[in-house]
Amino acid sequence: MKKAGIIMVIGSLLLLGLFKFPLWNIMLGAPQYPEPLGMNIYIQGIKGVQEFDLQNIDGLNHYIGMKTIPKPEEMWEFSVFPKVIIGMVILGGIIGVMGFFEKISYKYFLGWFALMSVLGVLGMYDFNNWLIDYGSNLDPHAIIKVTNPDGTPMSYKPPLIGYQKLLNFDVDSWPHIGGYLMFVGMALTLVAFWLGRKASLKPTTQ
Amino acid sequence: MKNILKSTLAIVAVFAAFTSCNNSGKSNNSGALSSNNAEKVYVAPGEHDSHYAFISGGYSGNLTVYGLPSGRMFKEIPVFSQFPTNGYGYSEETKPMLETSYGFVPWDDSHHPDISQTNGKLDGRWVFINGNNTPRIARISLTTFETEEIIEVPNSAGNHSSSFITENTEYVVAGTRFSVPIPQEDISIKDYKGNFKGALSFISVDPEHGHMDIKFQVLMPGFNYDLSHPGRGKSHGWFFFTTYNTEEANSLLEVNASQNDKDFIAAINWKKIEEYVNNGGGTMMPANYAHNIHSDATHTATSTIKKEVRVVNPSDVPGAVYLLPTPKSPHGCDVDPSGEYIVGNGKLSANLTVHSFTKMLAAIEAEKFAGEAYGIPILNFEDVLAGVVEQPGLGPLHTEFDGKGNAYTTFFISSEVVKWKLDTWEVVDRKPTYYSVGHLTIPGGNSAEPFGKYMFAMNKITKDRYLPTGPEMEHSAQLYDISGEKMELLLDFPTHGEPHYAAAIPAEIVKNNSRKIFKLTENEHPRKALSDAETKIVRDGKNVHVYMTMIRSHFSPDNIEGVKVGDKVFFHVTNLEQDFDVPHGFAMIGARNAELLIAPGQTRTLTWEPERVGVWPFYCTDFCSALHQEMQGYVRVSPADSNIELSWSLGE
Repeated sequence: MKKAGIIMVIGSLLLLGLFKFPLWNIMLGAPQYPEPLGMNIYIQGIKGVQEFDLQNIDGLNHYIGMKTIPKPEEMWEFSVFPKVIIGMVILGGIIGVMGFFEKISYKYFLGWFALMSVLGVLGMYDFNNWLIDYGSNLDPHAIIKVTNPDGTPMSYKPPLIGYQKLLNFDVDSWPHIGGYLMFVGMALTLVAFWLGRKASLKPTTQ
Repeated sequence: MKNILKSTLAIVAVFAAFTSCNNSGKSNNSGALSSNNAEKVYVAPGEHDSHYAFISGGYSGNLTVYGLPSGRMFKEIPVFSQFPTNGYGYSEETKPMLETSYGFVPWDDSHHPDISQTNGKLDGRWVFINGNNTPRIARISLTTFETEEIIEVPNSAGNHSSSFITENTEYVVAGTRFSVPIPQEDISIKDYKGNFKGALSFISVDPEHGHMDIKFQVLMPGFNYDLSHPGRGKSHGWFFFTTYNTEEANSLLEVNASQNDKDFIAAINWKKIEEYVNNGGGTMMPANYAHNIHSDATHTATSTIKKEVRVVNPSDVPGAVYLLPTPKSPHGCDVDPSGEYIVGNGKLSANLTVHSFTKMLAAIEAEKFAGEAYGIPILNFEDVLAGVVEQPGLGPLHTEFDGKGNAYTTFFISSEVVKWKLDTWEVVDRKPTYYSVGHLTIPGGNSAEPFGKYMFAMNKITKDRYLPTGPEMEHSAQLYDISGEKMELLLDFPTHGEPHYAAAIPAEIVKNNSRKIFKLTENEHPRKALSDAETKIVRDGKNVHVYMTMIRSHFSPDNIEGVKVGDKVFFHVTNLEQDFDVPHGFAMIGARNAELLIAPGQTRTLTWEPERVGVWPFYCTDFCSALHQEMQGYVRVSPADSNIELSWSLGE
């Protein structure tokens, strides 16, 4: 159970990587952009991969009437997400330490994982809603208007995850280092749960 | 009759045998070679060349940038000549670059580029190049690939033995081809001998910014100073100049300057003169020369006139200057990578003369002099001679080195490049050039560390090498693979203007420093506009200043009224883009200058003097975006006495 507690603490601490590394990354390549433009999505806000990428993405998007990429203060998520992550790190740390001293059951580890997963899914849902709005809530006076074959306006929503072709752009949307650290951390809490369970089963089999 | 017929048939048969033999031999060879060689110069679409070559434009006054081994031209950098393609020398910001003590000189003859060095190795920071006609030296940045600085060289005329740099870029050196009265005066040309002097200028280079300043000029006897190169390694601290017309003739030089059996290579111990000057030596003489600097912060050039220059009489600095007898009007003056050998390419000589730096020092030490010229000791030819390359070809001009103990010399008259060995002086290989080669270049071939893979020869005569284009043709160059024992011709490529020398460098030393944009946040142009809110029009008497911005795909403002006939309109246009390779152009109908091509983050100014009442358009000249054709605007021009107020707008 000691080992499980340590892994639980490490797992939750890995979430702190989100403060240093991007959660997600969207790259936009095109014939004119052999070096693709890109945005890194941090829990505190969106930054360009290169210094002027956001400005250049906004510059291109104005042709099709997309809104500019939001500043941190323009979305509540960027102030709430950091607090949620800090909360989960503290909670995971406490659970891990208490597990280490065998004050609580290993089942709390799974509980933390379940809570984090629910929050994660909610976060993804919220992120996807923003992408939908960003890609389809277009300025009616846009210079270029592209419609689907059925006459509805085309959506420029980037994929939540994976690759998609949007007009001349090849869009790739994938987790980034912060996101991977979070997934590894969450997986470690599952490992902690499994180790804890193994440790608690041992005495009964003996 | 029968006999004649028989013998004719026999001859024909013999010829046929010969020719068919030749043909089959040739086609086999070239067939195998050409496919092989095609691969060697093939740079697949989207791939990069391995080397940059900076090729002088000669009478274009500019510098062209090529890739090796493909021979593709990437850019023409305007240096000494107005360049309507981007407005260099036409825009208010760049006009000062072409100011001289003679006023605005919009053209020159650019000859010898040289890349900056650190410890004798190419460092790829700057290219220097000389303007031959109105003596000037320019410094081109290898981050912006633009001309940053031009300094005029006073007391000089025909700035030909230039612009070569010392092994740590301490100095860029500019020698005069024509000797002239110093200071200039109204005397008979017949009084040339003994009265005219040749100024060799040592221009210091600031190690951080590259800014140039004439440290001193050595006033040499009235010879013609043809070419020069720095000592390196053991001979660092010396500079070598070839001379011709040591006869000091002032007319019909082709005969009168070809009389002496030997002219000289002048060896200058610049370290010694530098020390002399640092201790207050030399005299400041009144002069008049321009110094022009372009700033990437203000995007503006300034021109200042300097009023004096320090001159040094060589006889005042004992041990600083010696003359090495060298046969027959030597042209190129080339120093091998070790700094030991100084090659004098005696252009009227059948042999190549190589001097030894070590022997020269020993002769000086032993004070074995053959005489003196105007107080300058002349050494004995035999005492300084390292060796002679016997009868290598006709009309030797220039030599470069591969760093593997070989030298490559061009021969103008026999139109070939000859490879020979240092130390043994034996000829190893020769390959024809097409035709009449001048200079040749090996990347780093005049540094301590050449990159001996490619060599290219720049020819003066093109004739039938390409599809004909009327009486005037571009010159031709040939690229050779010199990695093996024998040189191999790989490629023919046309060059722009009249290339003299070129400097080449491995791409990786330069390419990562190339700038993509200028940052708007660093733009300090006094009349910039960084946003719509900062655009405005200000009238100052007859002068109307338009603070304008451009971004895909509009100008702001794009409707301007209140301009009158007789006004002078200054369009100060800032490109708001911060994206790589999105310049915008600006062209105004009837403007009697050129367009502006403005890089992202840059501000440039075009002047327009409207002469006709009406409504006149301007537009973007660079197809910048899908809505490029919409990137346009109008200026309303009213009669001189109208009272329409200035107004401007966008999207109203």
